[in-house]
Amino acid sequence: MRMALMLEHVSKRFGQFTAVQDLSLTIPEKEMFGFLGANGAGKTTTFRMILGLLDPSEGRITWDGKTINYGTGNLIGYLPEERGLYPKLRVKEQLVYLARLRGMRKDVALLELKYWLNRFKIPEYENKKVEELSKGNQQKIQFIAAVIHKPKLLILDEPFSGLDPINVELLKEAVIFLKENGTTIVFSSHRMEHVEEMCEHLCILHKGKTIVHGSLKEIKRAFGKKNLIIHTDFSLEWLKNFPGVLKGKTTTEGIHLQIEGEEDAEHILSEVVKKGFIRKFALEEPSLNDIFIEKVGDSFE
Amino acid sequence: MNSFWIIFWHTYLTKLKTKSFITTTIITILIVLGLTNFNKIIQTFDKNGGKDTVVVLDETNSLFKPFKKQLERINKDIKLVPYNGDINSAEKAVEKGNYKGLIQLRLNEQKMPVATYKAMSIADSSIYTDLQTGLQQLKTMLTASQMNLTPMQLQKLYEPVSFNKVALEKNAKTEEQLNQARGLVYVLLFVIYFAVIMYANMIAMEVATEKSSRVMEILISSVSPITQMFAKILGIGLLSLTQLAIFLSVSYASIKQNMSTLKGGFFEAFGFEHIPVETIVFAVIFFILGYFLYATLAAFLGSLVSRIEDVQQMITPMTMLVVAGFMIAMFGLGKPDSSFITITSYIPFFTPMIMFLRVGMLSIPFWESFIGIAILLATIIVLAIFGARVYRGGVLMYGKSNSYKDIKKALQLTKEK
Repeated sequence: MRMALMLEHVSKRFGQFTAVQDLSLTIPEKEMFGFLGANGAGKTTTFRMILGLLDPSEGRITWDGKTINYGTGNLIGYLPEERGLYPKLRVKEQLVYLARLRGMRKDVALLELKYWLNRFKIPEYENKKVEELSKGNQQKIQFIAAVIHKPKLLILDEPFSGLDPINVELLKEAVIFLKENGTTIVFSSHRMEHVEEMCEHLCILHKGKTIVHGSLKEIKRAFGKKNLIIHTDFSLEWLKNFPGVLKGKTTTEGIHLQIEGEEDAEHILSEVVKKGFIRKFALEEPSLNDIFIEKVGDSFE
Repeated sequence: MNSFWIIFWHTYLTKLKTKSFITTTIITILIVLGLTNFNKIIQTFDKNGGKDTVVVLDETNSLFKPFKKQLERINKDIKLVPYNGDINSAEKAVEKGNYKGLIQLRLNEQKMPVATYKAMSIADSSIYTDLQTGLQQLKTMLTASQMNLTPMQLQKLYEPVSFNKVALEKNAKTEEQLNQARGLVYVLLFVIYFAVIMYANMIAMEVATEKSSRVMEILISSVSPITQMFAKILGIGLLSLTQLAIFLSVSYASIKQNMSTLKGGFFEAFGFEHIPVETIVFAVIFFILGYFLYATLAAFLGSLVSRIEDVQQMITPMTMLVVAGFMIAMFGLGKPDSSFITITSYIPFFTPMIMFLRVGMLSIPFWESFIGIAILLATIIVLAIFGARVYRGGVLMYGKSNSYKDIKKALQLTKEK
């Protein structure tokens, strides 16, 4: 496996403030890599360093063994967190302009633009000014701006924020389509379910430090803890103090528990069965959300 | 085509197509056309073919003819008509608008003419001053004849004293040349002043707009901020030259066409008849250098603000510098050789206007203007290097504060370690 994007002991300081500290990552080629972190965790700073907008204070960032600069700019596509387009320009004008800045020829850019507008079912917006479009549609245009030049490395900073579920699906499909066509994708999100659904590898940043890093399966396995959902007609409050139970949350239909391992579930089941009828008893893998809250929450304490 | 030229042409063409650019160009062309066709326009609106009729109530019965003769020499456009009625009916006729005004002529005890001029309004001073001058000359003639002076003696009395002015400095401009140079320099200074303020503003706005609409983040990820900054400065520079070329060619064509009507009057006074090529060449040089100096400043100041509303506040000190330079230049028009002007002409932020003023008004040695240009070039380079660093960090900063402290922050962002 060729290692495409490598970050080696990267740190970035702004005066006294450390935004990113000793970050080491390898993002394999043709993969989707999830970047998680609370607000201010250093995600955008890391992206800006990958893009070459900021120089790291320490460490090295390479793509396929070479440092990234404006010469390699045509290989990279970037969807920034804050959406930005020229409000007064027409969709066609600005996408062609941005594509040409990425080294594309005008006629090729126009073909590519038509393809993407059709894919997103908005061909009629080609000659509209951006300020006339709805926010969701502006986002689609922004996405096209990031991918029109067929980048090898695509960086998506919060690609799905502010979209309705239908458009989220549309964009997700497009991202997966790009991945299958060989694009390496790095994307950040607050929405754990998106990362869980789409990424093989991920890392969680907190205050500039990597807390979790690795493949999704490994992370879940290493986390060890499981979720147990029990729905009964009687009270299950007493389970909160049961050995092996780490956390419990009473819901309207029963209880959600976090337990140390599978064997604890067996003990609980044998106890609960004695009390009466069980409508649901489910043992689940921990969600990324649980892992995130736990890991990030821990470092708060 | 590399990204520099793409941005360059994009900036140029999109700005060229904006409504504001087209309107300002058209309005300025109209003003230029209006000024050069001034005489024609006035003639069109003058109903009586430019002639004003004034009725004369001559109580002496002897003054009308010589008075009319005198006035013809002064102003042919005033027509004098004798009036054979009393003062009341004459006043009524003026009120009706039949005549521009009425003049009553009498003789006083010393047999000297006395006049009263009546009109609906005495705002049009050109008429009554001409009438007064005519009468004054008439009075002089009468006095002379009373004193039995011969025309020869009279002529001697009025002969102007000969007074020659000679500047000892080599190549120094004559009084006449100086007056003409003053007019031309004045107009060109105005052009430099307005253009520098307008286009520097345009650049700051452009940068701030891209930043506030966040399109900047995409731009800087594909093109280096430094390339961007210079492509923009040059793009708008070309735009300014386009606009200037339009103005100059329109005014040149229009002046050529109206040359006959423009002879004399304010046009000659402004020295537009014999425009020295040297002055125009220096005007263009200093315009371009001044533009680059302030455009670079404006570009990096514009990169520091996050919202368009803050642009004006940010570039106010820069605008003040331009205004100060212009004020000093205005003062210098009257005293171009004072040492204050000489010193300020070497201060880079003032050089474009004040060195140009000196070049246009005085005959300064070539090396002096050359030093001015060199200082200006050096400042532009230093400012461009510094500005590019601020710009690179500035475009990434988003925040509330919009002070000059941000320059330090922006530089810190650019630093490698």
